[in-house]
Amino acid sequence: MQTPPDNIVIRVHGVVTRFGAQTVHDGIDLEVQRGEVLGIVGGSGTGKSVLLRTIIGLQRPASGRVEVLGRDMLHLREAEQRELEQHFGVLFQDGALFSSLTVAQNIEVPLREHIPMPEPLMAEIAATKIAMVGLPDEAGDKFPSQLSGGMRKRSGLARALALDPDILFLDEPTAGLDPIAASAFDRLIGDLKAGLGLTVVMATHDLDSLFAICDRVAVLVDKKIRVGTLAQHLEDPHPWIQAYFHGPRGRAAHDVSTQQHAPIDLASQSLAG
Amino acid sequence: MATASFVAAADRDALVFQAEGDWLLATAAELDRRLRALELPSGRQVVLDLAGVERLDTAGAWLLKRTDNELVARGNAVSLANVRSNLAPLLDQVWTHGAAQPLPHPVPPHHTLAGFIARIGEVTVQLMRRAYSITGFFGLVTETFLDLLRHPHRLRLPALVAQMETVGVNAMPIVGLLSFLIGVVFAYQGADQLRRFGAEIYTVNLLGIAILRELGVLLTAIIIAGRSGSAFTAQIGTMQVNEEIDALRTLGLNPIQVLVVPRVLGLMLTLPLLVVYADFMGLLGGCLMSWASLGILIPTFLEQLHSAIGLWTFWVGVIKAPFFAAIIALVGCYEGFNVARSADSVGRLTTQSVVESIFLVIVADSAFSIMFSLLKI
Repeated sequence: MQTPPDNIVIRVHGVVTRFGAQTVHDGIDLEVQRGEVLGIVGGSGTGKSVLLRTIIGLQRPASGRVEVLGRDMLHLREAEQRELEQHFGVLFQDGALFSSLTVAQNIEVPLREHIPMPEPLMAEIAATKIAMVGLPDEAGDKFPSQLSGGMRKRSGLARALALDPDILFLDEPTAGLDPIAASAFDRLIGDLKAGLGLTVVMATHDLDSLFAICDRVAVLVDKKIRVGTLAQHLEDPHPWIQAYFHGPRGRAAHDVSTQQHAPIDLASQSLAG
Repeated sequence: MATASFVAAADRDALVFQAEGDWLLATAAELDRRLRALELPSGRQVVLDLAGVERLDTAGAWLLKRTDNELVARGNAVSLANVRSNLAPLLDQVWTHGAAQPLPHPVPPHHTLAGFIARIGEVTVQLMRRAYSITGFFGLVTETFLDLLRHPHRLRLPALVAQMETVGVNAMPIVGLLSFLIGVVFAYQGADQLRRFGAEIYTVNLLGIAILRELGVLLTAIIIAGRSGSAFTAQIGTMQVNEEIDALRTLGLNPIQVLVVPRVLGLMLTLPLLVVYADFMGLLGGCLMSWASLGILIPTFLEQLHSAIGLWTFWVGVIKAPFFAAIIALVGCYEGFNVARSADSVGRLTTQSVVESIFLVIVADSAFSIMFSLLKI
């Protein structure tokens, strides 16, 4: 598939990550195109989250280059970094909401920090985001400790979307959710991506998510990465990839995804967990 | 970059509201101000013409939706016109969810007299509940101790020794240094005052009695409460968060026996030893200071000290140590078990455990003072 280079929002080249003597990534190359949903999969400990953190700039690789929106992430000045951070939103595994603030206040944090605006407008925008991620209106006044896991993730997503980012990073977005909440969350990501024109990069273990919403999948095996469409991966002879996509769970997820989304329609009614 | 703007124009029977430019988060504040200043019609036909909108994000879409909501609320018939195809999905998103109204942030309760009295009542009830519950915990630990007397082999000796090392041996540098410094300060201040009466030599009496009876033990207890009491809460609390305590129970182990007994017993055995050591270091500091500032030589100091204090002066201090140790260890462990399954409650209860154990130690110390004065010791 030929795409013009300006359509590539993230470019990772030759990234090597080490923790002490242990090498996690040994030369990773990855390109993410504007408007696609890219899933990153791999066994436990293969460094899915680490790769995500490296792209965001929370983790410094031992060597290699990371470019986001054409900027070199490893050599940014403070001001450039702040500017760039407004263009991406991150949903951490358990939401990472600030526990001393309500959900609405959590969403207002990035607004308050980056864009001067009157309080009532800020509250309205927070309420819009809360509605968009499918939370009930009154969730805005709740503290993170009063929410279920699914609601915390949705709140975290609302905060990640506060500044209308171009790129959304999700770390295990469906981990810890029940299957109904998980598929509702997948649909939400799909809807938001379509509505807001997002590029989504998600690390996940959830095969259903991969089949439901990912355009391409990056598989971390043997400290390297293999990127391709699901169809390509299904053909890949690598034993781990075979076991992953052709195992009982992989097959089940594949079957569901080919049956149109009819069986999970009740999910849209339910409010995550 | 075109600035966001809008024009309201009348077109035959419909009012046309033309939005232009960038309707983005960055321009939202300005748009919001101008939209709010706008005089809205009622009972008309209104067309929101978005032909001129170049860029749009959620904030801009919300402002359009809000205008739409307000127009509808005034009985206007509102329709959208000339929506660019690339903006349609976002508008759809916001239009479906755009009825959202922000809730007012929770207002803190008013500070009224009734509220104040209610708060006092609340805190009192809470305090009583805690006292009740900590007494229960004390009973539980006592029962386990009695059980150990009957079955001494159940005592976990390695755990006990390990606790004695961490709470006792490892605390020696800090306890020693602080006691030494307190001795120095005390001798200096005492000498300064007593010199006016020509009674410098009584600095030794002051030092001996203050350090042996009160300061040595109290200071050590406070350091240990901050150092080990907090550690007990944090350790047991973290285990609680990780469900380790529940795991112990399901494996047929008694958490009190495994976790609390070694800590309580370890601290009760080591705190008296630490107090003796603190007494010595305090007197050493005082002795050196008396020599330096008053010229009292060490033999003179010892002679005066010997005449000033009796054996009981020493014992009165040391006897309190196991009691203080029990308070610190029990409160530390109790608060550890109180931790809810969240990391933030570990921090909160650790602080609470230190404050509570220092408070109780000082209360116990005054109770001892009253008792000793009644016994005329």
